Amino acid sequence: MHEYSIVSALIEQCEQHAQANHADKITRVDIKLGVMSGVEPSLLQTAFDTFKLDGICKEALLNMQIQPLVILCQDCQSESVLSERTIVCPACQSYRTRVLDGEDMLLMQLEMEQDED
Amino acid sequence: MCKDCGCSLTRHDHDHLGAHAHSHEHSHEHSHDHSHTHEHSHQELHTNPQLNDKKTLSVIHKILDKNDIEAGHNRAHFETHNITAFNIMSSPGSGKTTLLENLKEYTQLNYAVIEGDLETSRDADRLLAKGITAYQIQTGSACHLDAFMVHGALHHLPLEGLDICFVENVGNLVCPASYDVGTHKNIVLLSVPEGDDKIEKYPVMFRRADVVFITKCDLLPYFDFKLDEAKAQLKKLNPTTQIIEVSIKDGDSMQAVAAWLKDNIRGAQ
Repeated sequence: MHEYSIVSALIEQCEQHAQANHADKITRVDIKLGVMSGVEPSLLQTAFDTFKLDGICKEALLNMQIQPLVILCQDCQSESVLSERTIVCPACQSYRTRVLDGEDMLLMQLEMEQDED
Repeated sequence: MCKDCGCSLTRHDHDHLGAHAHSHEHSHEHSHDHSHTHEHSHQELHTNPQLNDKKTLSVIHKILDKNDIEAGHNRAHFETHNITAFNIMSSPGSGKTTLLENLKEYTQLNYAVIEGDLETSRDADRLLAKGITAYQIQTGSACHLDAFMVHGALHHLPLEGLDICFVENVGNLVCPASYDVGTHKNIVLLSVPEGDDKIEKYPVMFRRADVVFITKCDLLPYFDFKLDEAKAQLKKLNPTTQIIEVSIKDGDSMQAVAAWLKDNIRGAQ
């Protein structure tokens, strides 16, 4: 259940961005979760909906983009999006691949609101 | 608000209206009611973030950025003392502490251990009883160690003269994989009674491994653990990672562990 720790870090970041931009409300939080980032999206959603209630993200919608694994084969140079959790090149079965995406947890965008006055 | 627009990115499809909204805001700066009616009429047609005083900020920031920065500090701290740090991860009961207790007889390298458990200092006590420097972190209910906890522990460990600092993570094949604690390499243990399917079931953890120790190999005759299967699964996730078969009852295998550590000390390669 490290999703709660991750959500605390996420909300803390949102609060800092809101402060730096003089916003008093965050209405949408866009994140990108790699399938190999080690986070369960549904648990993260629950954690976010629980933790957001105390702060600036109170009314924020969490928008999760699930990023599949993307690899670049160093033998046949083909780039592939994988559905399985392996890093084997589907084109030539090579093990010499480099993971380009799908392992990170990133905050991508924030939609924020300011009072008129 | 206008000053901030320089560092924010509005949605492309609203760019034009966004600019329009700005001139409105300026000219009606002191008559709120008026500007409100303007906004309202626009909003019926478009939900314009700028008119509603909403803005979209592009960030692209690692969510665990703060942890990663702290992890970098820890690594630098280890390096100042010429120490290589290893993060040891596995399920509970796969033999992390037992391995560290017994390793002392097989290596000349000086090591200390930072222990992570939810409760008790039993593991640190076991190591201290063997004359191994150890410090226990009790995480309470946290299922993993993070870089801040390890940093706190570093203040309690005498680092002088050490070659290696092991961070024995909380027994858990899931959560610790997401956290860089500031070590140099990851050692993941998988014990024979757990079964060879664990690599496939916990891919994130095994993907992060720099070496996998299959522990309790003296039990291989009694379990249906297939080493070839484990190796095949690991290769699909992590082709260059080595598997070492270990049993604390087999001195040769412990020598292999000691040799791997020696080869993976910073600057050894």
